[in-house]
Amino acid sequence: MNELALLIAATLNAGTVLAIAALGLLINERAGVVNLGAEGLMLVAAVVGYAAAVHSGSDLVAFGAGALAGALLAAVFGALVIWLNTNQYATGLALSLFGVGFSAFIGQPYTRERLGQRAQFDIPMLSEIPFIGPALFKQHPMVWVAIALTIFLMWWLNKSRSGLILRAIGESPESAHALGYPVRWIRLAAVVAGGALCGIAGAYLSTVYTPLWVEGMTAGRGWIALALTTFATWRPIRVLLGAYLFGGVTMLQFHLQGTGVEVPSQVLVALPYVATIVVLVLISRNAAWIKANMPASLGKPFAPGG
Amino acid sequence: MLRLETRPAPSRLFVAASPLIALAATVAIGVLLFVLLGKDPVQGLRMFFWEPIKNAYAWSEIGIKATPLILIALGLALCFRANVWNIGAEGQYILGAVFAGGIAMHATPDSPRAIVIVILVAGIVGGMLWAAITALLRDRFNANEILVSLMLVYVAEMVLSYLVYGPWKDPAGYNFPQTVTFANPTKVPRLFDGLRVNIGLVIALAAVAGMTVFLFRLFRGFQALVGGQASAAARYAGFSSRTALWTALLTSGGLAGLAGAIEATGPLGQLTAYVPVGYGFAAIIVAFVGRLNPIGIVFSAVLMSMFYIGGELAQSRMQLPKSITGVFQGLLLFSLLAADTLIHYRLRWKARRLAGAAA
Repeated sequence: MNELALLIAATLNAGTVLAIAALGLLINERAGVVNLGAEGLMLVAAVVGYAAAVHSGSDLVAFGAGALAGALLAAVFGALVIWLNTNQYATGLALSLFGVGFSAFIGQPYTRERLGQRAQFDIPMLSEIPFIGPALFKQHPMVWVAIALTIFLMWWLNKSRSGLILRAIGESPESAHALGYPVRWIRLAAVVAGGALCGIAGAYLSTVYTPLWVEGMTAGRGWIALALTTFATWRPIRVLLGAYLFGGVTMLQFHLQGTGVEVPSQVLVALPYVATIVVLVLISRNAAWIKANMPASLGKPFAPGG
Repeated sequence: MLRLETRPAPSRLFVAASPLIALAATVAIGVLLFVLLGKDPVQGLRMFFWEPIKNAYAWSEIGIKATPLILIALGLALCFRANVWNIGAEGQYILGAVFAGGIAMHATPDSPRAIVIVILVAGIVGGMLWAAITALLRDRFNANEILVSLMLVYVAEMVLSYLVYGPWKDPAGYNFPQTVTFANPTKVPRLFDGLRVNIGLVIALAAVAGMTVFLFRLFRGFQALVGGQASAAARYAGFSSRTALWTALLTSGGLAGLAGAIEATGPLGQLTAYVPVGYGFAAIIVAFVGRLNPIGIVFSAVLMSMFYIGGELAQSRMQLPKSITGVFQGLLLFSLLAADTLIHYRLRWKARRLAGAAA
């Protein structure tokens, strides 16, 4: 019973990393830009966030530093794909490859650093409730931030004027341009926002979730986050639920290892990746459905007057 | 202000010049990086651009690294030309090494020398099978090949890890995650006495010739070209992009598998958990910097090998992290993509016109 509560708590925690990154990617994909550099962004932000936490001792500073690193790299990516019309896939890949090397390079001194005692965030009263307390109310505030962000994005994309403009640009940049919206600048803002959120996810991973800096520690989470936006057909609430599902798969792995089930550990480690492929296959079978939900200009460059 | 103006036709000059511009930009940033780190930039440049090519031994080491890079990048060039985004060559490389190792570990000192051929073919089959998963899921279920091929890299790492920590572990290996050292007949023959470079390099160069003919002379190469670059036109002409998909993925999987087999039975001589070192990813950069052209790939593979060896030297002689190689490789691709803009656009200084006409 108690173990189940801990499993739920761990699932929410693991899902939060994926959710924040995937919600960020959802923003730029809704504007028509796909950023395959997510993995690299998260890695660089993870090490920058970790370094900030080591030097400042504050998680908030770490998240800010991670967001800044993610936003800066995303801005470089954005400038290339939006103004120079470079291929979005190739440029994103370049960012991912660069991020792997760069994070390992600047992170080397921090592989030996350890963070101090991690803060507890028990909600008074609620966390005392048997089962529900340890399962839900002893979480890091970031778990709640992810939920709040989901609700905000649901409202923003569907009800707010600026959210509708963002979606219009993703569907038809030509029409949005004809209506006088600065398509490129809005796309850049979306890419930067997406990068900042990937950055926060990376910093959360290294300073709270693990908390350690290890080379390549994102272990494909950036890619899984990219897959999540497709699984969720670009809907925030489905992104959140999908992220928890994958968080659950990750946690099941540790849980099974703990209970001594006779499965090679490699099978368990491979589980989230296999699950990603399986879900991708199940969702993609219906090509028409994906197409109907996908932002129509996704991945395509836009050159006003060109 | 500076404006981009569409060229009437792509510039042939910048198709060739852009990799050089990218290299110059990478070197410039590299010099800046050395200065920022308080290292002597001249010594830094020597590590990357002189030490790796200063004598026959150094060139042999370049050959060792360039062999897998050339083989994998050739396959990726075909994929990218066909608009198939196979970014999981690392996984196909691992499976090639696993299939090759599976046979090599059973060889004895009395095995016939021809076993090398069986081993290399096994590597090709392993890589092809792994790539076939991506092709099948793309073809049958429309699953995005970028994500599937990448996820399969992690799965391939786990397959290798399971084998070398489990059933294939050398019983006399002090519990290290590694297979037995392969018997001598399995070794890929070396080209020269005293140098590590092996016949794999010759195979890679033969593959370059083969791919050149395949891409530019044979019907299928043409088909892959149109299938990717203009799918509607390809269908109109009666070519199926399904054929292009399968051809591209099986070819690149086979080449990556071959690279893995040559590595396993060449420089490594056994399987360990450290078989994957990122050649599959670096080859993406090799393919792009080589302009998706087989001859260009040879040059960019040599350059990338210099980065690898330079990184190792910078670590041992200048106390810099080895990962500086990855930084330079990533920077090179970034700069290349930016410089490629000049192929389709030209830069023009233009005075800011009236606000209404500026857009």
